[in-house]
Amino acid sequence: MIQALFFYLFAAVTIASAVMVISSRNPVHSVLFLILAFVNAAGLFMLAGAEFLALLLIVVYVGAVAVLFLFVVMMLDVDFVELRQGFMQYLPIGVLVGLIFLAELLMVAGAWVFAPEATATASAPIPDPAQVSNTLALGQVLYTRYVYFFQVAGLVLLVAMIGAITLTLRHRAAVRRQNISVQVARTRATAIEVKHVEPGRGL
Amino acid sequence: MTLGLAHYLSVAAILFTLGVLGIFLNRKNVIVILMSVELILLAVNLNLVAFSHFLGDLVGQVFALFVLTVAAAEAAIGLAILVAFFRNRGSIAVEDINVMKG
Repeated sequence: MIQALFFYLFAAVTIASAVMVISSRNPVHSVLFLILAFVNAAGLFMLAGAEFLALLLIVVYVGAVAVLFLFVVMMLDVDFVELRQGFMQYLPIGVLVGLIFLAELLMVAGAWVFAPEATATASAPIPDPAQVSNTLALGQVLYTRYVYFFQVAGLVLLVAMIGAITLTLRHRAAVRRQNISVQVARTRATAIEVKHVEPGRGL
Repeated sequence: MTLGLAHYLSVAAILFTLGVLGIFLNRKNVIVILMSVELILLAVNLNLVAFSHFLGDLVGQVFALFVLTVAAAEAAIGLAILVAFFRNRGSIAVEDINVMKG
């Protein structure tokens, strides 16, 4: 009973904030509602027993991706009012297509039944949560049978990091930078000049 | 009343539809389009986790983890492209991004 109550709470807030993400006038508000949607989706994950993924969603999405969005929205000097033109123009047809799409999806979801033998053929059955925690069970599958996929996921993140850096890095010609090899290669001959000063004359 | 698979699938379906609708409605704003893509990927993750729970199979959660990885990489690259484009053109309106049109 209390589980159903929390499910409806999380689901309602997730959907309401998703509506606000796509309809908000200010993109900063959109990002903040995106964060709210992710936090409540993490609650839904938690209810479905995926505790590790729920916390990962908060760490990765709220902590990294959403803050990245916030950075970019605030960094770019864009007139967002101008970008909203055509919103009302596309609204009727968009809502119509969306409703048809949603009705079709809900028809599929509502009529879904598992085959009776489907649960018996699980390739990695979820162990009893009282004995093996979700994180441990996930690690036991991820680091053994899916270790190559795990490595490839790491490579994807590495490529994304290098790509993001190379795309946004730029060297300005006007900025003076430290050249360490030149500094280290200085010798006594290039660094010091002996001036012969006559007494009483000054330089 | 007990929670069934249909509850989770319905929430995910609504979330997915809202993501698609966001791409429809905000056709000029790349940032909101990227956020809509994140919503769509979240709906997919919710489906994977729900199936994993009700089927008693852990592989769904493993796959959701990989989807999460790809979504994070996609957001980083997308925003980097957006920043680079804004530096070059001074605008992020979608209809200005037609330099390579055939």
